[in-house]
Amino acid sequence: MNKLISSVSPHISGKRTTQTIMLDVIIALLPAAIASVIIFGLRSLLVIGVCIAVCVLSEFLFEKLCQRDNTVPDLSAVVTGLLLAFNLPVSIPLWQAAFGSIVAIIVVKQLFGGIGQNFANPAITARIIMMTAFSGTMTAWTAPVTADTVSSATPLAAAAKGEIASMPSYLTLLLGNHGGCLGETCALALLLGGIYLLAKRIISWHTPVAFIATVALMSLICGKDVLYQLMAGGLLLGAFFMATDYATTPSTKWGKIIFGIGCGLITVLIRFWGNLPEGVSFSILLMNLLTPYIAKMTRNKPLVGGAK
Amino acid sequence: MKLHGVRVPHKKNTADSQPVKMAVPSTVSIPMSMHIGKPAKAIVKRGDTVKVGQLIGEADGFVSSNIHSSVSGKVLKVDEMTASNGSKVSCVVIESDGKQELSEEIAPPKISDFESFVAAVKYSGVVGLGGAGFPSFVKLSVKDLSKVEAVVINAAECEPYITSDTRTMIDKSKYVFKGIEALKKYMGVKRFVIGIENNKREAIHKMQELSDQTEGVEVHILPSVYPQGGEKVLVFNTMNRIIPKGGLPLDVGVIVINVTTLSFIAEYLENGIPLIEKCVTVDGSAVKEPKNVIVPIGTSIEDLLEGAGGLKTEPAKVLYGGPMMGIAVPSLKEPVLKNTNAIIAMDAKEAKLPKTTPCIGCGECTNHCPFRLDPREIARAYRLNSGEDLQKLCVDLCMECGCCSFVCPANRPLVQTNKLAKIKLREYLAAQKAGQEKEGK
Repeated sequence: MNKLISSVSPHISGKRTTQTIMLDVIIALLPAAIASVIIFGLRSLLVIGVCIAVCVLSEFLFEKLCQRDNTVPDLSAVVTGLLLAFNLPVSIPLWQAAFGSIVAIIVVKQLFGGIGQNFANPAITARIIMMTAFSGTMTAWTAPVTADTVSSATPLAAAAKGEIASMPSYLTLLLGNHGGCLGETCALALLLGGIYLLAKRIISWHTPVAFIATVALMSLICGKDVLYQLMAGGLLLGAFFMATDYATTPSTKWGKIIFGIGCGLITVLIRFWGNLPEGVSFSILLMNLLTPYIAKMTRNKPLVGGAK
Repeated sequence: MKLHGVRVPHKKNTADSQPVKMAVPSTVSIPMSMHIGKPAKAIVKRGDTVKVGQLIGEADGFVSSNIHSSVSGKVLKVDEMTASNGSKVSCVVIESDGKQELSEEIAPPKISDFESFVAAVKYSGVVGLGGAGFPSFVKLSVKDLSKVEAVVINAAECEPYITSDTRTMIDKSKYVFKGIEALKKYMGVKRFVIGIENNKREAIHKMQELSDQTEGVEVHILPSVYPQGGEKVLVFNTMNRIIPKGGLPLDVGVIVINVTTLSFIAEYLENGIPLIEKCVTVDGSAVKEPKNVIVPIGTSIEDLLEGAGGLKTEPAKVLYGGPMMGIAVPSLKEPVLKNTNAIIAMDAKEAKLPKTTPCIGCGECTNHCPFRLDPREIARAYRLNSGEDLQKLCVDLCMECGCCSFVCPANRPLVQTNKLAKIKLREYLAAQKAGQEKEGK
């Protein structure tokens, strides 16, 4: 007779694991990845490949070095690589993309304790560091392969400068056939991915809706073109995929709503009054920093019932 | 407001399996503690002959329970055994003579009023048969009967696999309603709510049919969201009242009683046979044919599994009760207890423990907790040894239903940490109390 296993209840568990969650996020990002290859050509695939490979390798080597458990199989490093690539221009030198990936995984994620322990979104923080370090190449916007020009301004930069002639139409914004980071341009693909994550209940609607609604409302109040503000720039990518990262955002429904509103306000502040044309990355990073406080404020209250 | 929970697999494979009576085993081991409270005192000794239904353990103190022999035969020994929770408990081992002769003590109780009703329930040795094992007569010993606005009959049976309550409602529906009549008559209760999860169509149908003919009984169909059968959850979902922390259902004017417990009480009032056998669901991936069987209390799990058709394969884990809250038994020699409603034998694949990975902060645990506790914060406070934080986090509210561990994508042992944290909180509160008393002197 074999020894019986003795363990604390429950003796069954749900099917969802960290790995399946990350896999779903990857699936949700695929339409945008495919769109980027169609819009910007095969080099986009190369940038994505380098980012993923370097992220996974950094995670593996660092954990080996620190004798931590290998967390490569949970696929979170793949997601970070994908998201970072999505935030880079397609013309980025590959060594810079690799540098960014190392920063994301080692500095932002692993140095703070690895998956679940980092306080800021690795892909966003790495992107911001790269914008400071390589400001030239990080803002060299390549035009889509279908266009007859070589370089092009992003829609938000065009709008900020008031260059109405170079502002793309709604349809162009929806399809993503314009200059910008490689994963952020195709609004349609990002929406598809977002809907997939919502349907699979990987994310809840609270953050993206609060984020997007705040930007829409503020644009309306400030007399800007609302639809244009929603589809141009990194708002959809940020709202569905980066502001919903578990470790760096609040996990209760009110926490998520406050987080989303905060992101929306900061985005609008930077877009309309700041020096930069786009503020989604900074808004998420700043709100990441406030997350512990929001989480504490909005923690679920135990149901203690009436006074005994 | 809505209480959260999780959707667990139903696996009610045995819902259509009418219980069959199993052959009496050669020996039974009857522990003197099969209930919450003080163990009973054994009143038989080695060599004594006993008959079916004869009192062999006497309730010791108020919260305790009588224990009766489930077979006729000879007492082999009165021994100490290790219960599945690790404590030592006295246990009467009886060799059956196979005749199942009824004790002369058995006679329908004479009941005239509330006191004699409670006394009869006490004598019968019945405890909460849904799994808790709390002596039923204690629950019914209400000082001020006018406080009882309603009785909620727990027929949710929300654990996967288990169908013994379902079978009670189908096969003994008559007794469920006789039980209701008894509570009406002796306790003056006017309102009864039967809470059933919507995955038991036949049982719901039976209960509705009878409730239509009975005044004051409503069948409340609940969604199949675990843990619908948790006492506080059930009272909230049927009565919209929250039982305060540390309180009882009576604090909000409710008594909760399991449907099988109630039907047993009615049967006892009719025939006087105390609690000596149980309907047990035998299921799990290692079992050849899942079914419901009726066995004498004290039958070893080994005999039960054998009698129920045997095993497909060597079991890797065997549970008392369902997979969400059941207890993994250390050996197949463990007996069927009064509150055993299922024995689940899992094969190696089903019993395989999932790998624990780091917390990713998704918040699923707190967002699925029926009482909105935060297992992540509790785990942190536990690691930091902070009794103060554990008190603030209300870990003592935790009923260990298992939702948090079930949904955790990192498969963290959250229920285990909560259990340990509850012990730590108790120690902290005791130390605080001791400190205050010292200061007071």
